Amino acid sequence: MRNYLNIIIAYSIMMLLIILVGIFQSWSIALTIFNYCMISAVMTLGANIQWGYAGLINFGIMGYTALGGLAVVLVSVAPVPEAWSVGGVNMMTCLGIIILMIFSTRYILKNIQKSNKRNYLIAGIIIVGLILIKIIAGPAIEQIEAVDPAKTGFLGGLGLPVLFSWIVGGLFAAGLAFVVGKVALGLRADYLAIATLLIAEIVVSIIKHEDWLARGVKNVIGLKRPAPYEIDLQTSPWFINLVEKFHSAKLDLANSFSERQDILNQLVIDASSVYVKLCFAGMFLVVVIILLIITQKALYSPWGRMMRAIRDNEEAASAMGKNVVKQHLFIFILGSAIVGIAGAMMVTNDGLFTPGSYRPMRYTFVIWVMVIVGGTGNNFGAILGGFVVWFLWVEAAPIALFFINLFTAHLPETNEIKIHLINSAPYFRFLLVGIGLLLIMRFRPQGIIPEKIIKQ
Amino acid sequence: MDLINAVIVLLNYTIIPALTYGSQLALGAIFVTLIYGILRFANFATGDMMSFGTMFAVLLTYYFQSIGINFGFLPTALLTIPFAIFMMILYMLLIDQTVFKYYRIKKSPPVMLAMVSVGVMFVTQAIIRIIIGPTDRRFLDGEKFILKATEFKEMTGLAEGLTIKSTQMITIVVTIIVVAIMFWFLNKTKTGTSMRAYSDNEDLALLSGIDPKKVVLITWIIAGILATIGGILYGLDKSYRPFVYFNNMLPIFAAAIVGGIGNPYGAFFGGYVIAFAEIFLTYAYKRFLVYILPESLEPNSLMQLLSTDYKFAISFSILVIVLIFRPSGIFEGKRI
Repeated sequence: MRNYLNIIIAYSIMMLLIILVGIFQSWSIALTIFNYCMISAVMTLGANIQWGYAGLINFGIMGYTALGGLAVVLVSVAPVPEAWSVGGVNMMTCLGIIILMIFSTRYILKNIQKSNKRNYLIAGIIIVGLILIKIIAGPAIEQIEAVDPAKTGFLGGLGLPVLFSWIVGGLFAAGLAFVVGKVALGLRADYLAIATLLIAEIVVSIIKHEDWLARGVKNVIGLKRPAPYEIDLQTSPWFINLVEKFHSAKLDLANSFSERQDILNQLVIDASSVYVKLCFAGMFLVVVIILLIITQKALYSPWGRMMRAIRDNEEAASAMGKNVVKQHLFIFILGSAIVGIAGAMMVTNDGLFTPGSYRPMRYTFVIWVMVIVGGTGNNFGAILGGFVVWFLWVEAAPIALFFINLFTAHLPETNEIKIHLINSAPYFRFLLVGIGLLLIMRFRPQGIIPEKIIKQ
Repeated sequence: MDLINAVIVLLNYTIIPALTYGSQLALGAIFVTLIYGILRFANFATGDMMSFGTMFAVLLTYYFQSIGINFGFLPTALLTIPFAIFMMILYMLLIDQTVFKYYRIKKSPPVMLAMVSVGVMFVTQAIIRIIIGPTDRRFLDGEKFILKATEFKEMTGLAEGLTIKSTQMITIVVTIIVVAIMFWFLNKTKTGTSMRAYSDNEDLALLSGIDPKKVVLITWIIAGILATIGGILYGLDKSYRPFVYFNNMLPIFAAAIVGGIGNPYGAFFGGYVIAFAEIFLTYAYKRFLVYILPESLEPNSLMQLLSTDYKFAISFSILVIVLIFRPSGIFEGKRI
């Protein structure tokens, strides 16, 4: 029990902070922060598997998050029949060509010996394939994008339940990770970081600019939700009764019936948004707990010990007969799949898919700060890192504003420096997170909750 | 005549812009490569350090304009370069003393230093945004064009015009001067040689009496000069916006690695490789082909290989290809 004391203390402080936000700002904000904390925690778990268990540095988290988000659109949005009828056949043909290209390349790689002839053959297949795709897809894309461009202009999805997309998001990310891993995992650590970052940028730029796929920067809004909508809640009698019962003391204070009704309406509106967020929080919590159990089990299994051995001494592990390359690829895929699930969760939570918002700052570097701050190699630490850093990231602006007002209280309202500082309050989040990272790396490089190795 | 027109079209829309953009990338790439070669880490704060230097140039340009100092037909920003470089070097040395030095002395692995540079990136970004804000700023003044399309047409009687912006000329000339001086310094002076020795083999260099503190100091000074000038040239040519500078870090990294990281010649060359690839692959060749092909073969589409949206993606793809087939870069990397 003593071993877990610091974890319990750290988590309690975190929960207390969120409750304080609920009391001083509003419960809706507190729950929004809590939900995002949990999404961040899932991303950190994924990154921690790669970095903490295996020492692989993946700066491409942004790309996997975006793919997870894309999965939500492709799975849950209703299909657009007109778009399918004008361009569906062509796009499917292209997909077929791509699959054919992959398999023929594989066949050549397997059956023809390494030579110039093989290289030319593969290059030829790729060039011919690309030209064919360009010819077939070009007009189809134009036609698809012309179908009611203000609302659709894309192929749409499959119209399946949105929760299903979380799994698909994980699979998409795993697929990308397989390709990236095959290509880049042999590289030295800092090269790998740069390569994964740039590949993620390529993925995001494709999602951004292929409008037929998911409307690109025009965004997809009004995605399905696994939770009830606020509007429905506000009109359903059981919910209103519930709110009435919950706040009966406050309602009894009202003087007249109309006043009571006004207060009740306001309370119902507030409560509906809190209720929806609670639903999401419950679902996310389930995901976090499942992932935590699995990752903890894995970490202390023979497989986890093998991964740590590989991380700490690749040559020795390899000499003991462990297949380092294969294990690296496997763990890279596993971690990326978890990040993909987080990406899908995030888009589901927002209800909209905005490819333009995927930027390396927010989706790669901040997540990495979470991993480092929380504690590499420790799943509890990773989740805590997600909570702490996201909390700071969101609450930095109000905190900065408070201090600016405190220190400039003696200055008049029209003072230029004061106005400038107040306007730039949102940017103090970069300062806070950066300094936090630097301090942790300097004075506690193993993170808030360090890795713990249990002797078995 | 058609052939000359075709050449002018290419020159105007691809070669001159690519040379300009390539020069800007090259300066950044040499900065990355120097840090990588001598201090031995991938500096993720590259873009923001360039932005930091440029910020001072922008602020000083505004100040100079307000008190009526200008540089004739040249942009006032050129006058501010020494001051901006000075501030940049001060900031870099401060960061080095407070942050990087500790890890250098402890001989931490390069990944650790790269992660620390992420922290520096956050802090630098915050400082920039708090001081100057995230908005788009133009600070170019003086003559905008050296050669206007209409003048060129009158002069030569050709159908196609050639435009040369003054910023393009300034960028290319300044880059050549800066890079020439830097290569001379690295190759011919004693300090430069000691820097190359330190990069090649640290232990051997220390044995032969090279002062590591001096090498690190000089490296930061050169890095400061390169970062500031590269940033200012980019800002003059396009515009100054902190977010764009952060994003520019990625093609700069690509250029440095494509050229062979640690090798300044490679980085210089890599900048142009990336720039030319980006522009040649996204240029719509229709206008060019109209001139050189017989009428019967005239294309009716734009003849564009890739849409301009994929500009960045191209440089990254080149990098990925280079990393797969020749991880040490086109030139042999890790030498200075």
